[in-house]
Amino acid sequence: MAKVVSRMTPDLITQSYVVEAVKGMVVTTRQLMRNLFGRKDIVTVQYPEDRRPYPARARGKHRLMRRDDNQVRCVACMLCATACPSNCITIVAAESADHDIEKVPSTFEIDLLKCIYCGFCEEACPCDAIRMDSGVHALPTVTRKAQKTAKIDLLSLGSPSIASQGGQYRAHDHEGTQHGRSGH
Amino acid sequence: MHLTGNPVLDVILFTLLKLVGFVFVFVMGMATVLTWVERKFSAFMQNRIGPNRANIGNIRLGGLLHMIADPIKMLTKEAFTPNTPNPWLFRLAPFMAFVPALVVFATIPFGPGDLQVAPLNVGILFIFAIGSLNVYGAVLGAWASNNKWSLMGGLRISAQMISYEVAVGLSLCGIFMIYGSVDLQQIVIGQDGTWFGIVPKWGIFAQPVAFVLYLACAIAENKRAPFDVAEAESELVAGFWTEYSSMGFALLALSEFIEVVLIGCLGATLFLGGWQIPWLVEGTGVLAGKMYLFGNLVPHLQAHAWYLVVAQVAAFLIKAIVLIWLQLTIRWTLPRFRYDQVMRLGWRIMLPTALVNLVVTGIALMFYERF
Repeated sequence: MAKVVSRMTPDLITQSYVVEAVKGMVVTTRQLMRNLFGRKDIVTVQYPEDRRPYPARARGKHRLMRRDDNQVRCVACMLCATACPSNCITIVAAESADHDIEKVPSTFEIDLLKCIYCGFCEEACPCDAIRMDSGVHALPTVTRKAQKTAKIDLLSLGSPSIASQGGQYRAHDHEGTQHGRSGH
Repeated sequence: MHLTGNPVLDVILFTLLKLVGFVFVFVMGMATVLTWVERKFSAFMQNRIGPNRANIGNIRLGGLLHMIADPIKMLTKEAFTPNTPNPWLFRLAPFMAFVPALVVFATIPFGPGDLQVAPLNVGILFIFAIGSLNVYGAVLGAWASNNKWSLMGGLRISAQMISYEVAVGLSLCGIFMIYGSVDLQQIVIGQDGTWFGIVPKWGIFAQPVAFVLYLACAIAENKRAPFDVAEAESELVAGFWTEYSSMGFALLALSEFIEVVLIGCLGATLFLGGWQIPWLVEGTGVLAGKMYLFGNLVPHLQAHAWYLVVAQVAAFLIKAIVLIWLQLTIRWTLPRFRYDQVMRLGWRIMLPTALVNLVVTGIALMFYERF
């Protein structure tokens, strides 16, 4: 059963449009005067000079976190590169000098032109090694190559993470489990 | 006026002086300022700041320098010509829009006496004749662009401008009937004085319906919002000027602003008493001036004293600016009509209302003269 919609039939004065047009012009003129003398309602932010803070959970440029001894937390497990839907993460693993840690990334490169800022990499990371909470934009560059952000740049935004991680923690308390896992 | 002593040279020099002073300084200057004012006004109406970045060093003047920055940008851009069989028509079209818009200012009386570039006795007819040439600019540009959006914009604008030309002409007929002339200077002189000492004898009080019709139809003829179906960004990209860039675009845009000034000046002349200052001076149209209100304070003030002339020119310009401001407010308040609504409004509402207004004016005049 079709729903019957009762349509408003405006009276002749409304239909003549002159009064309604004047009402609208009163609104625009009021805003004009308010903003001309006092700038009361202006919502524009003069961007490069004034910046509005990002929301706490905004995803910006990636950063690589550090351990307490300033080593990179990443263990080159490739979970982020696997989870990445746009294949923008390139990791080359290398052997770690620390015998508790199996691998470290020798290169960790993110092509910011490919990245869609979905945040899957930080969700996939088991080590809290990659985060997107830097609050920094990827700035435009004149070459594409400059958008490929290397490990050193990603680390420059990073900071020590207080999250617990494999390696040291497990080496001290759960040595058996650790060896059992790495055996697979 | 005695500038050189040679009467012929005097006439030429004085005409040039009026031409430069009114058309080039006021009209062109106003049109240029309008490019900034419109963006700034619309910004404030919509709670934005508007253009304010153009600067020389640290001097910004609230974005006023965009008036200089825009022409520099326009002049240095590529004058793109699309792949069209009529490149000459394409280049000609902006001038076809620009030149008539400027020429019609010749008959606008901006001050008493001979402060009028060309004192034509056909006045308003000349404005209609030349002003309607304006449509060729849009149509030729649309045709020569070889672009379907442009062509559709051109079709719309030709239909719209021709329709509203009829209504705007008929809406002004009441004014001619009341003041008994099509000479604009005579119409202004006819608006001298007051009714009952309070209401000035302006066209807007004698013909209020005609004023609303004139404003609406003139805006429609100038193809600005709410009647800008010819450009209609959301439907036709940019309508008839889609393919224009560089100074071709600038001329088309500027001719639109010049017409805004024209509608303001013509409206002030026909409906707001032109250069007449209400309540201050009576009878300045004829040479012997009769002063009251300030007449007792300044007993030797002559009707054509130079400061009175300056004040009257200023009064005209202020009235014109008020009407320009009104047009800007309308443009940034009302949403665009649909195309069929525009045509229906023109033929079914504007035209009959103008005709009824004409008949009522005729009957009223007959009674007024008889009794």
